Amino acid sequence: MDFPTFFQHLSNGISLGSLYALIAVGYTMVYGILRLINFAHGDIFMMAMYFAFFSITLFHLPWYIAIVVVILITSVLGMLIEAAAYRPLRDAPKTSVLISAIGVSFLLENLATYIFSGKPKSFPEFTYMTSTVQFGPVSVQRVSLLTPVVTLAALAILLYIINRTKLGMAMRAVSKDYETARVMGIKINRVIAATFAIGSGLAAIGAIMWGVKYIRIEPMMGVMPGLKCFIAAVIGGIGNPVGAVLGGFILGMGEVLLVAFISQLTGWRDAFAFVALILVLLIRPTGIMGEKTTEKV
Amino acid sequence: MLKIEDLYVSYGGIQAVKGISFEVQNNSIVTLIGANGAGKSTTLRTIMGLVKLQSGKISLNDEILAETDTKRLPTEEIVKKGVSLVPEGRRIFPNLTVLENLKIGAYLRNDDLTEDLKHIHDLFPRLKERSWQLAGTLSGGEQQMLALGRALMSKPKLLMMDEPSLGLAPLVVKSIFEIIKEIHKQGVTILLVEQNANQALKIADEGYVLETGRITMRGTGRELLENDAVKAAYLGKKKK
Repeated sequence: MDFPTFFQHLSNGISLGSLYALIAVGYTMVYGILRLINFAHGDIFMMAMYFAFFSITLFHLPWYIAIVVVILITSVLGMLIEAAAYRPLRDAPKTSVLISAIGVSFLLENLATYIFSGKPKSFPEFTYMTSTVQFGPVSVQRVSLLTPVVTLAALAILLYIINRTKLGMAMRAVSKDYETARVMGIKINRVIAATFAIGSGLAAIGAIMWGVKYIRIEPMMGVMPGLKCFIAAVIGGIGNPVGAVLGGFILGMGEVLLVAFISQLTGWRDAFAFVALILVLLIRPTGIMGEKTTEKV
Repeated sequence: MLKIEDLYVSYGGIQAVKGISFEVQNNSIVTLIGANGAGKSTTLRTIMGLVKLQSGKISLNDEILAETDTKRLPTEEIVKKGVSLVPEGRRIFPNLTVLENLKIGAYLRNDDLTEDLKHIHDLFPRLKERSWQLAGTLSGGEQQMLALGRALMSKPKLLMMDEPSLGLAPLVVKSIFEIIKEIHKQGVTILLVEQNANQALKIADEGYVLETGRITMRGTGRELLENDAVKAAYLGKKKK
């Protein structure tokens, strides 16, 4: 393989990894605060794509307004789902909430199929983004350059919020002991809602960039990324946002480079994530940055 | 300051509190003593809004916090009114630093915390040394101090403590009670729930003995310390 081709694959891998990272962070944050695997998260990502699609094609919003609108609507969707499907089960056994999440997932997928039709749509073209830039012999799509930058910026902002703001401190407290957090005067419902808003907002950012790069939208498109990003969160250490980003990059790059170097494995592309999951669970189940266990026994 | 009237609480399927009434006067130390399962913790948690009362009335300075079927303030509101709780088992946040634990005690405040942090550090010099450590790495005694410091950061009018001596070495218990006395001197009203009746009654102005959800004895701290029945049951002294 010559260098330009390798670099092409590498940049695709980094790009895909960034997108996985953005979605994985949403999973990990919700798990961190509620011990819930939000199976509907991949479908929230899918809905964001449709929101973006219709903002531009139906409502003819200019792209810079569409981005803000889509992020806001998706965040609201996340908060609505939490309020309707998870909050009433706050004190129920964990399996009940899990089943509720699966239910929401089915609901979103079928709602999308019914309202938007199961026929795949094409995300509007943004030639500026899909066109390539030349670096010597190497050519890279602009969107592939932008995606990792946006992801890392989003991660930096998120870490700032979590570690240096009152809300972030409240989130960390609620994730460990929500009853005592209430005793501090923290409104846990608001903190949990904020967590869902942030996670969904990040998924929306990922969805927009995914749409620009990969173009094809259909109602079930959130299923595989959803599963893979959950795996990414587990690989990185579920509950840890930095871990989720790491996991996302590992999966994205691994998937792309595997197929690039061993083209016979193209059909096994999706299996990479699942094999990785099995390996992690066997070798280091708490993940790369697994939750620190400094609790006093 | 705090008035409990005819409180009934059902918790975990049992009638944990069966019609208790008592008052906590301004600037006093009141203690509830009793064996495990007597309903002491449940009482504190109900006052704090963590547990629903079945019937009765809880009021703070004549303002109703909870009343049968008519009113039940959420915990966040009760904290705003100046009630603070040091929970049973400390319940510090292990993933936050010592300093963050203190700061989160002041979550509802918007003013400058430097004065109060300094004050807590003066009370508990060990906490100042360990400001940047994750609270989960502290010893039991240090965690108790942290939980107490955290509760004080909200500048409460009423400080409730749930079994502060539990699981701690005797010398540590002694110093905790010294500090409780000191805090009281600084103008905080204290409601103390304890199994360690000896220490609690020594510093209390008023005491109430709880047995299976009912108040069976009441008196000043001194009176209860000298009471034969209390001595036999809770102070480990043989009945004469």
